[in-house]
Amino acid sequence: MESYALLFAATLNAGTVLALAALGLLVNEKAGVVNLGAEGMMLCAALAGFVAVVHTGSDVLGFVAGAAAGAVLAAAFGWLVIWLNTNQYATGLALSLFGAGFSAFAGIRYVQEKLPERPRFSIPVLGDIPLVGPALFRQHPMVYVAIALVLFLVWFLYRSRAGLVLRSVGESPDSAHSLGYPVRRIRLAAVVAGGALCGLAGSYLAVIYTPLWVEGMVAGRGWIALALTTFATWRPARVLLGAYLFGGVTMLQFHLQGSGVEVPSQFLTMLPYLATIAVLALISRNPAWIRINMPASLGKPFHPGT
Amino acid sequence: MLRLEARPEASRVWSIASPVLALALTVVIGVLLFLALGKDPVRGLQVFFWEPVKSAYALGELTVKATPLLLIALGLAVCFRSNVWNIGAEGQFVLGAIVAGGVALMADKTTGRWIVPAILLAGVAGGMLWASLTALLRDRFNANEILVSLMLVYVAEQLLFYLVFGPWKDPAGYNFPQTRTFESVAQIPRLMQGSRVSIGLLIALAGVAVLWVFLFRTRAGFAQQVGGLAPAAARYAGFSSRRALWVALLVSGGCAGLAGALEVAGPIGQLTPYVPAGYGFAAIIVAFVGRLHPVGMVFSAVLMSMFYIGGELAQSRLGLPKSLTGVFQGLLLFTLLACDTLIAYRLRWAREPVVPAKAGTQRSAPATAAKTEALDPRLRGDDGESRGTA
Repeated sequence: MESYALLFAATLNAGTVLALAALGLLVNEKAGVVNLGAEGMMLCAALAGFVAVVHTGSDVLGFVAGAAAGAVLAAAFGWLVIWLNTNQYATGLALSLFGAGFSAFAGIRYVQEKLPERPRFSIPVLGDIPLVGPALFRQHPMVYVAIALVLFLVWFLYRSRAGLVLRSVGESPDSAHSLGYPVRRIRLAAVVAGGALCGLAGSYLAVIYTPLWVEGMVAGRGWIALALTTFATWRPARVLLGAYLFGGVTMLQFHLQGSGVEVPSQFLTMLPYLATIAVLALISRNPAWIRINMPASLGKPFHPGT
Repeated sequence: MLRLEARPEASRVWSIASPVLALALTVVIGVLLFLALGKDPVRGLQVFFWEPVKSAYALGELTVKATPLLLIALGLAVCFRSNVWNIGAEGQFVLGAIVAGGVALMADKTTGRWIVPAILLAGVAGGMLWASLTALLRDRFNANEILVSLMLVYVAEQLLFYLVFGPWKDPAGYNFPQTRTFESVAQIPRLMQGSRVSIGLLIALAGVAVLWVFLFRTRAGFAQQVGGLAPAAARYAGFSSRRALWVALLVSGGCAGLAGALEVAGPIGQLTPYVPAGYGFAAIIVAFVGRLHPVGMVFSAVLMSMFYIGGELAQSRLGLPKSLTGVFQGLLLFTLLACDTLIAYRLRWAREPVVPAKAGTQRSAPATAAKTEALDPRLRGDDGESRGTA
């Protein structure tokens, strides 16, 4: 039983990386912009966060550095797709390729670095409850931040005026424009916010989850996060559930390896990727279902004054 | 204030000048990067742009790397022209390498030369098989091909690792994760002594000619591309989008798989975990920089090959990480996408917003027609004669 509690705790931990990134992507997709650059942003942010912690010893500064790196890259991407109307797919892909190359290049000196032992977190009293305590109340604060972020986004997107404007820009930029809203600036703000959250996810990965830096360490999580927004049909709470589900698949892989199941490790490593494909196929099977939920102007350039 | 003003029609000059300007910008950023790292920028540029072309041997090596890039890009151009976003060519390349490697491992001392075509066909089949998974999921389940093809890259890599760490590991290989070296009979024939250039080059150049004819001189090639330009027009004309999807993915998968076969039975000579060298991703940039045009991609493949060789030289001569290649590749695609704006827009100094000459010009201008579902035509280099102005 104890081991299951730990497995559950590890699932929440792994799911948090995906949840932060996927929630970020959800924000910019709600505003009508698809950013395929998540993988590249997360890689650069993972490195930025790791380097910041190596030099300052402060996790908080690591998260700030990661979020800033993500935001800067997203701003460059946003300028290209929103002001120059470049193709969103190609530009996001360029960002992912650049991020992979740049992080490998800039991070070469940090490959052997180790971070100091992390303090263990525990909420007093609650953390001591048997089984439930270790599973739910001994997590890194960022796990609770991700849950709070979901609650905030549900309120923001569906209960606040600003969120309504953001959604309208993703559904019908022409209407929003004719009502006098600065469509391009709103889209840029959403893209930068999305980049900052992807950056937060990347720095959490390198500073807390694995604590190390290796080339390509994001290992497709950026792409899985991108798929998660589709799985969740663009709803924040479902994004969180989906992220935990995938965190669980990742943990299952280690659990199976540890329990002596006679499967080559490479096939277990494939699991999250195969699961992504399978769920994507199941969810996308009904085109109408996707079309009803998808922001109507997703991926389409907006030309003001036409 | 600098403003963008829509051109009445797409600029031909800029569709060719844009990649050149993008390269110039990438070089400028590269120089700044070298300066920031405290390296001599002149030396850096030399390593990237002069060393790879200065001798016959160097040119040979340049060709060796340009061949797989060109082959994969040819297939990807068919995809991108039909608005199919196959981002997983790397996985198709790996699968081609695995299946071709499997056939090559069957060869022994008594095997005849027929094994070479068998290896190449196996590579094509492997790549096609892998791409057909993406096509099937997109066709039957409407699953996004970008995500599916990318996820399959990771799956293909794990499959390769399983084979080289497990069943196919060379028993006499000191426990290194690699297969035994293929028999010499299973080696792809080389074109000349003293250079690693193989018949792969001829295959790739033949591919350029075939693709040109297909795209610009056949009805099937035309039908293939209309769906990417104007889905509604394609439906009206009765061109099947499902067929275009399958053709695009099978062609690009086959090309990538063939490149994988040429690579493992050529320069590498065995299966190792280092088979996936990022050619599948670099070829995406080759395709865009070459304007998705068969001839243009020859030039961009050579350029991208320079980046690879420059990266290796930067490692050995300047002590810089090899991953510099990836930095330049990403930068080139970024700057290209930015420069491509000049194909459809002209830069103007203006105090006030530029008012279009008459209402609706922007909507009707072919260069800026609202591109709702179609791939941005600005990324395509078409032969003028192949298609009348719409």
